[in-house]
Amino acid sequence: MTLGSSHATRTPRTPGADLPEHPDSLWRDAEPKRSYDVVIVGGGGHGLATAHYLAKNHGITNVAVLEKGWLAGGNMARNTTIIRSNYLWDESSAIYEHALKLWEGLEEDLDYPILFSQRGVLNLAHTLQDVRDSVRRVEANKLNGVDAEWLEPDEVRKICPVVNTSTDIRYPVLGATYQPRAGIAKHDYVAWGFARRADEAGIDLIQDCEVTGFTTDGNRVTGVQTTRGTISAGKVALCAAGHTSVLTDMLGIRVPVQSHPLQALVSELLEPVHPTVVMSNAVHVYVSQAHKGELVMGAGVDSYNGYGQRGAFHIIERQMAAAVELFPVFARAHLLRTWGGIVDVSPDASPIVGRTPYDNVYLNCGWGTGGFKATPGIGSALAHTIAHDEPHPYVAPFTLDRFVTGALVDEHGAAAVAH
Amino acid sequence: MQLIACPWCGPREEVEFHYGGQAHVPYPESPAELSDEEWAHYVFFRDNPKGRFAERWNHSAGCRRWFNAIRDTATYRFESVYRLDEPKPVTP
Amino acid sequence: MTSTFRTPEGGRIDRATTVEFTFDGQTLTGHPGDTLASALLANGRHQVATSIKFGRPRGIAAAWAEDPGGLVQIEEPFPEPMLLATTVELHDGLAAHGLPGQGRLADVPDSARYDAVHHHVDVLVVGAGPSGLAAALTAARAGARVALVDEQSEAGGSLLSGTERLDDAPALQWVAAAVAELAGHPEVLHLQRTTAFGSYDDGFVLALERRTDHLGAAAPKHVSRQRVWRIRARSIVVATGAHERPVVFADNDRPGTMLAGAARTFLHRYGVLPGREAVVFTTNDSAYDAALDLHRAGVHVQAVVDARPEGSPRREECEHAGIRVLSGAVVTGTQGVERVTHALVAPFADGEVGASSAIACDLLLVSGGWNPAVHLFSQARGRLRYDAALGAFLPGEQLDGLTVAGSAAGVFDLAGCLADGQRGARAALGALAVPPAEEDRLPTAPEPVVPTAPLVLWRVPDTSGADGSTSFVDLQRDATVADIARAVGAGLRSIEHVKRYTTIGTAHDQGKTSGVLTSGITAELLGIPVQDTGTTTFRPPYTPVAFAALAGRDRGRLFDPERVTALHEWHVAAGAVFEDVGQWKRPRHYPRPGEDMEAAVLRECAAARTGVGILDGSTLGKIDVQGPDAAVLLDRLYTNLMSSLKVGSVRYGVMCGVDGMVIDDGTVLRLAEDRFLVLTTTGGAAKILDWMEEWVQTEWPDLRVHCTSVTEQWCTFPVVGPRSRDVIGAVFPQVDVSNEAFPFMTWRDTTLDGVPVRLARISFSGELAFEVYVNPWYAVAVWQRLLDAGRPYGITPYGTETMHVLRAEKGYPIIGQDTDGTVTPHDLGMAWAVSKKKPDFVGKRSFSRPANQDPLRKQLVGLLPVDRRTVLPEGSQIVEFRTDGQLPPPPVPMLGHVTSSYRSAELARPFALALVKGGRERIGETVHVPVNGTLVPVEVTGSVLVDPEGARRDG
Repeated sequence: MTLGSSHATRTPRTPGADLPEHPDSLWRDAEPKRSYDVVIVGGGGHGLATAHYLAKNHGITNVAVLEKGWLAGGNMARNTTIIRSNYLWDESSAIYEHALKLWEGLEEDLDYPILFSQRGVLNLAHTLQDVRDSVRRVEANKLNGVDAEWLEPDEVRKICPVVNTSTDIRYPVLGATYQPRAGIAKHDYVAWGFARRADEAGIDLIQDCEVTGFTTDGNRVTGVQTTRGTISAGKVALCAAGHTSVLTDMLGIRVPVQSHPLQALVSELLEPVHPTVVMSNAVHVYVSQAHKGELVMGAGVDSYNGYGQRGAFHIIERQMAAAVELFPVFARAHLLRTWGGIVDVSPDASPIVGRTPYDNVYLNCGWGTGGFKATPGIGSALAHTIAHDEPHPYVAPFTLDRFVTGALVDEHGAAAVAH
Repeated sequence: MQLIACPWCGPREEVEFHYGGQAHVPYPESPAELSDEEWAHYVFFRDNPKGRFAERWNHSAGCRRWFNAIRDTATYRFESVYRLDEPKPVTP
Repeated sequence: MTSTFRTPEGGRIDRATTVEFTFDGQTLTGHPGDTLASALLANGRHQVATSIKFGRPRGIAAAWAEDPGGLVQIEEPFPEPMLLATTVELHDGLAAHGLPGQGRLADVPDSARYDAVHHHVDVLVVGAGPSGLAAALTAARAGARVALVDEQSEAGGSLLSGTERLDDAPALQWVAAAVAELAGHPEVLHLQRTTAFGSYDDGFVLALERRTDHLGAAAPKHVSRQRVWRIRARSIVVATGAHERPVVFADNDRPGTMLAGAARTFLHRYGVLPGREAVVFTTNDSAYDAALDLHRAGVHVQAVVDARPEGSPRREECEHAGIRVLSGAVVTGTQGVERVTHALVAPFADGEVGASSAIACDLLLVSGGWNPAVHLFSQARGRLRYDAALGAFLPGEQLDGLTVAGSAAGVFDLAGCLADGQRGARAALGALAVPPAEEDRLPTAPEPVVPTAPLVLWRVPDTSGADGSTSFVDLQRDATVADIARAVGAGLRSIEHVKRYTTIGTAHDQGKTSGVLTSGITAELLGIPVQDTGTTTFRPPYTPVAFAALAGRDRGRLFDPERVTALHEWHVAAGAVFEDVGQWKRPRHYPRPGEDMEAAVLRECAAARTGVGILDGSTLGKIDVQGPDAAVLLDRLYTNLMSSLKVGSVRYGVMCGVDGMVIDDGTVLRLAEDRFLVLTTTGGAAKILDWMEEWVQTEWPDLRVHCTSVTEQWCTFPVVGPRSRDVIGAVFPQVDVSNEAFPFMTWRDTTLDGVPVRLARISFSGELAFEVYVNPWYAVAVWQRLLDAGRPYGITPYGTETMHVLRAEKGYPIIGQDTDGTVTPHDLGMAWAVSKKKPDFVGKRSFSRPANQDPLRKQLVGLLPVDRRTVLPEGSQIVEFRTDGQLPPPPVPMLGHVTSSYRSAELARPFALALVKGGRERIGETVHVPVNGTLVPVEVTGSVLVDPEGARRDG
């Protein structure tokens, strides 16, 4: 043995800068079978979670998850991992709170170190109208059993000392809503935890398998055509996020979503400075410091439709201006990497989930910037919906039909707190 | 950041423009005669193709004129721009 | 302290000047022209830090941005986290220390300036090495507008690191001449210390110029520290060179282990010997230069270890110099603690490693070939192809407007690079239809020696017994061959998954040395071709960029423009407290000494209700709508009829979106048959102008109408209260202000000392009121006249808070406060403002949707707290009355929420407006509002609480 291979005896120098190891076994690289009871299109967080809960809660395991690229390589790999449930409307807070409760037990359920860190989320208010909207949301959250507080600027400073709460900035912080149970998790770990569980249950996770069409018989879809052959399906669930329209166009279903680039970015590893999650709409920024120490930030949605997983740099520059305005100490942090995802945005900024004109096709889309935090919640509710062929109460308000009746769940106009 | 060729001003920086979504979705002749579903489709439903898309843009920080463009939503490349009084280009 | 590893002469450093710096608390010296890394090496120091996960010693392993080893924290002159010692230029007073993993942010704000410049060129050349200089010369000579950017402190690229000759003279003479020639072209911008870090659509490249960092404390304060260049190029030549690739073997992270080319850079550019006894391990010919150069400089080169069985044609050259060359051999490991003491060398044939023996050395140079720096090409979405002979990914297609030249394109000999640069520039010029200059000579380079094919070797099989767990692929992440093996063993096949499992390529260097190695090793482990594995995506930025540099000047007051009215200085002098309304700064109230906001607002309200008050309402949006079809347009956009409005009159109107929800409201003045002045809310001004223009242009181009914003052309002062008529009458004696001559909802034009003034009887307070419109140039004078005339009546300036109280007492909603995008005119109790005559208007069809028929829609009502004391917090939720006065456990159904809430001087009690489910049916009921855990009983009332008959405003 050489002198140098004694690293195991040395102690780590930077606590927290390292993450728990992934397990030695994740999932089989499955070959598609000819037929499944349920075919889930889209191997992202929602698809994988749905597969897991189909097996766990309903004993349905003859299931395939079809992924056109690499598993969880879309928005699941690209989001800023914020988890919270402090939405305004009853319908929204119900499903996100359902998700949050599942998040709280997910590490055990998946037996995977998903690094769910309930470090709280601050939503800053910068105008008097922000304050009104914030109080309205906090009061609604309390009555819905969601933990929420309104904080004055000095309380904001106590929770996150690096936020600039001085009154001489362009849009001073007038206060914030705070959800202590909110937080972040490690996205890959979450996805891989669901994938491993689904795989263990015998569910086939099939990568490099792009859906090219559907075989239909009247009001039923009988098969899914893919780049790896046609697969017969008893039921089909569409969990393709930004690519939903590509699938629904094949089926002739019109869905009111638009796909937009959403960019995010990360800094180098930094000593802990930012103990919570801060979001601001007026000074558009949302930022957390991830487990290893990097600052993770989301930028604004690029205005145009785009499937390119990239956006324009002026969006990033604006984001940096906002970050330095609100967090002056970030000035010399460095932008290390930028990337983009594709968010599918609905007219009322709420998801569209449930049945479709096809008897055995279930739709799950329109999550916009809220998809990650909903992952376990929608996975379990969609699995229920598929298993019972009946919308789970949590998803029932989010029908496609609401755009016809006008019964929207308008998170857009009401709270203006996206992400 | 792209250069977008305003049909009136020529190529300008993307930041000068405002996106207007799908083009060629006319306001219905007689909204009152539409079913709720037909009206909902006008109000809320727009195409969302991956690939070539006819869409509206406004040169909001320039001449402030609206125009149409054919753009590929996968590559973001503009294939053509045309004025509102011009027909949608015939594409292969 | 003497720099014991400094050569006696040579290099690009200023030996006449000595600078002092501190590293890990130790004071050391170097010279201008040094980097922190070269100065440390000159002082005999290789180790910079310990590693993030295992705490292993790590040192300088390369000479520029690809270095995976030398991460430092800058402390002086200003703390900056995580930079590479190899890219920090040395200056007097620099203080730094090695970083084990996490950088540290300063706890004080950065006072440095940052800015941005837009630049447009015909040809952008990235990289001022031989290819880039050749390209820039060709483009400049052709008369093109050129930008040449290069990340180093001076031009020359790889020529700075060697002894090459051009035109039979040292190549740097040609570099100097080229730089001088470029400087003579007025249309050439040449920037050093400028890193092109992002390449985007349509020839858009972002580059960061480091303008003052190398000056240290001497940096002039008025010069921005860093500048972002936003370069729009019609054509781009990417001549960014190549990064040398290591070979992975056991304990390959030990300080003293360095890329071979980097040793040449330290020797030739910085006059530093990176060691005294060297072993050179290579798979290709390029490292022979390092061996020979170091030998000539006095380093004892113990051996060249060439993995190729046939070695290199340069073997003789080495042996002639007395350097032992071991062909068909590899380095299998290293010994030492904080510095290499021995390289373990073993025979290597057919992938099998023989028994190793130790060769003493304090420097182990490694070359596994070269990876073209394809980042900018790849960011521009160029596809890469794997070149099996080079073991590297090369540009795999021709992109419009972007050419890759020189070693970035896989050309590695000097003559070839020069020619390829010229070719690249000519291709760029050709695309622009610019002919090259007649005189466009390239310097003569020596005939290249025909190289022996390199061996593609990603890793040396681990014979140390550590199973690859000390064979480092990504030093910054402490990720090893064993980690890749675990990832593959766990079932992962995609290189993206392997990256995420191992975290390789996610650290500071973003995989500059580790990326291709990972592809290669993963492919080996999976038994598939490397091209099938591919690479992970190259993402901007190429090297890290400070947040502040990207924020530029858009900070503080320039973060977003501040809009102020013509009276702003007056408001400031009057002690106004301001409120941000959109971009506007509006006075919220004018506290007198000792007054809090509540007291001030009660006083201001009382003045307006009993005497006279005055408001600066200039921020209200104003749109001049002109043309024969102006009335037609307004009829289509407002819910009520505007075409029937008489010239000289005013009408209130509401606009909805196509979904039937209220988007704005305001009054409309008919100025002429074909002309209206549309008033919008302050926040809605730009949006409503856009809205009107969109409909006119895209749907109704046949309408002969034009819309123009005149918000800035008119200041507006509502003069409000029972004595307003006296004030207006006094200032404008020529106007008959009697109710008969000048009734409510009419307007008149007049003049004041020749200045045109418009008066309108519009009331947003419910009081008798006159709005005074005047050009901003005369605003202060007119305002003062009004104040002077009002003094006998105690005229009181009031702010937005009082405005809100007054309008709320009258039940007038604020769009965006009492509405939230889910509220129809009917919900606001404004069915009267929705025309039943018009066949259609925008939003009408949506009113008949099922959800709009719901009797439980939320409706605007008034609320009166029963205790006559509690001011309900705005945003409070409303629940059913609980007889026990106790809030039940959640979920508690909500009836609606408080949208506006104030203390009323007029009512002598607090009141509120609220949106309540089926609210109008509930008038007279008592409901509960939870406030700080207590249920406050409130009575539901109509929304108009003051002067419901409107006698005051009409009078």
